Amino acid sequence: MLVTDRQRLREDIAVWVARFGARRSSLIPVLQEIQAKYHQISDHAMQVVADHLDIHPVEVYSVVTFYAFLNEGYHGKFVIRLCRTVSCDMAGKSRVARQLENDLGIAFGQSTKDGKFSLEWASCIGMCDQGPALLVNDQVFPAVTPEKVHDILQLCRKSFGPLAVHQANHREARQ
Amino acid sequence: MSLGHQGLVTFRMIDPDAGLAAALARRPAEIVAELTAARLKGRGGAGFPTGVKWSLAAQAASDVKYVLCNADEGEPGTFKDRVILAEVPDLVFAGMTIGGAAIGASKGIVYLRGEYAYQRQPLEEALARRRAAGQLGERVLGTPFAFDIEIRMGSGAYVCGEETALIESLEGHRGEPRNRPPFPVDAGYLGRPTIVNNVETFACVTAIMAKGAPWFAAIGTEKSTGPKLFSVSGDCARPGVYEFPMGLPVSELLREVGGEDAKAVQIGGASGRCVPASAFASTICYEGISTGGSVIVFGPDRDMLRVAKNFMEFFVEESCGQCTPCREGNARLLQGIAMLEDGRCSAAYLAELTKLGEVMQLASKCGLGQSSPNAFLSIVEHFRDEIMGRTYAAAR
Ligand SMILES: Cc1cc2nc3c(=O)[nH]c(=O)nc-3n(C[C@H](O)[C@H](O)[C@H](O)COP(=O)(O)O)c2cc1C
Ligand code: SF4
Ligand code: FES
Repeated sequence: MLVTDRQRLREDIAVWVARFGARRSSLIPVLQEIQAKYHQISDHAMQVVADHLDIHPVEVYSVVTFYAFLNEGYHGKFVIRLCRTVSCDMAGKSRVARQLENDLGIAFGQSTKDGKFSLEWASCIGMCDQGPALLVNDQVFPAVTPEKVHDILQLCRKSFGPLAVHQANHREARQ
Repeated sequence: MSLGHQGLVTFRMIDPDAGLAAALARRPAEIVAELTAARLKGRGGAGFPTGVKWSLAAQAASDVKYVLCNADEGEPGTFKDRVILAEVPDLVFAGMTIGGAAIGASKGIVYLRGEYAYQRQPLEEALARRRAAGQLGERVLGTPFAFDIEIRMGSGAYVCGEETALIESLEGHRGEPRNRPPFPVDAGYLGRPTIVNNVETFACVTAIMAKGAPWFAAIGTEKSTGPKLFSVSGDCARPGVYEFPMGLPVSELLREVGGEDAKAVQIGGASGRCVPASAFASTICYEGISTGGSVIVFGPDRDMLRVAKNFMEFFVEESCGQCTPCREGNARLLQGIAMLEDGRCSAAYLAELTKLGEVMQLASKCGLGQSSPNAFLSIVEHFRDEIMGRTYAAAR
């Protein structure tokens, strides 16, 4: 990391700690902010957070490694998490998984070289009646088919900030 | 109301403000007495009487207490809390506020699972509206009672739905369940008396305050009162969220959702039980087949071993690893399932695995390990013939 990047990270962390309060209970909210902006929680970030909260860096490390949504290693700008739990499995998640691997050229647990995409499995994401379901960062996509995989990836590739366009087909609204 | 309905029928009819106003017009002990009279039991799965929990927290001596809403909803096959939060968030927030009045707390926290981050913004807006309307803040509805609610996000860990793990997580630690006692009602968040309740439980509280305990207690069975939401998925024509009175036979539920030809249903999610067709006359309620509301339907062609494998993979992934029966046991059961798949498991070894499952139920520290063998054990019990003696490696 360049010195200026480190400087920027330190400044960000100081702002987040000030916002949530320099308390142990602020640890996870601060880590969530780091994850969202930097797509990883580096050793350096853990050290800086530990200093602010006056705890040992290994405490921070043990928390980061516990939670699926907090990561030490670099994650892509778009993290795709496909549900692999039973209802989505029965609805055909395996074919969606295969198409994701084919279109991205990576396996689950990997990130694309351009740093854009990471592919991961998720446990049930609460869309079981509309599976197979996946999350792209904070957005949910229900009833995904192998064919729709391409559209979802295109949506990511074309967007600059967070995903803007998204139409969830919320079946529960239908009466 | 004998038949079910798709969607949140009862909850949509309740006026959250009426519930809150009715509660604030009473003394704390009267609020708790109303819940006890309604015989409300927790909707998160364990079915603990809400009135008892709240009265313990009310009696605990402390100037600071907390109201926590468990919106971690990680049980496979469960999504009704997501729909409640999307459609009637005010019922939940009013219920938390009533909880604050009942136990003497001025702060509530919603622990929202990370997978539901897309719900955060609308929920924050609903909270802002409630503050502007005087339903939250320094003087709730113009009374001296102060209460506010904060939303905190989970980070992708099923075990954090367990109430003491949830508290650990809020305090900034790994989500590892605590030993109990002490119970959260005595020493919970930051060591203070704390009530932890499910999203749906809080909505029920508001409904009871708005419409009275007799109305609530008249629905369902003697021991399982009130309407209950079910999350239905799997092999059926009409999956989705349903409202049924408790005490409904499985067969009737299947008819409602279009899953009459099912060979089994999993009730209670991965940690629940697999009910075979021969037992579809059993009723769903706390005194029958108890559940937080997850119903997964398996059609005639489903491979039950693949189902068992999927559940065990879930538990191996989600065990916090703190205690040995759960950490090692789940891995062993999964290994055993792989042997069954390959047709390499002797009847004697299957009996060993069954025994291991029973040890896990007894010796695990928290509900995750205590219930993770349930699905495997019930599938072994009811589908022994289907899973043994395989001569080909089944689809992985
Ligand atoms: C592994 C595990 C996960 C749990 N997940 C949830 C959950 O996601 N939501 C929930 O309300 N309760 C969950 N519970 C139950 C809680 O520990 C607790 O009993 C519940 O929140 C109490 O609320 P209630 O009495 O209103 O049901 C879980 C329990 C265990 C053991
Ligand atoms: S039973 Fe499992 S989840 Fe619960 S404390 Fe033990 S290892 Fe952790
Ligand atoms: S099983 Fe995939 S969202 Fe629940």
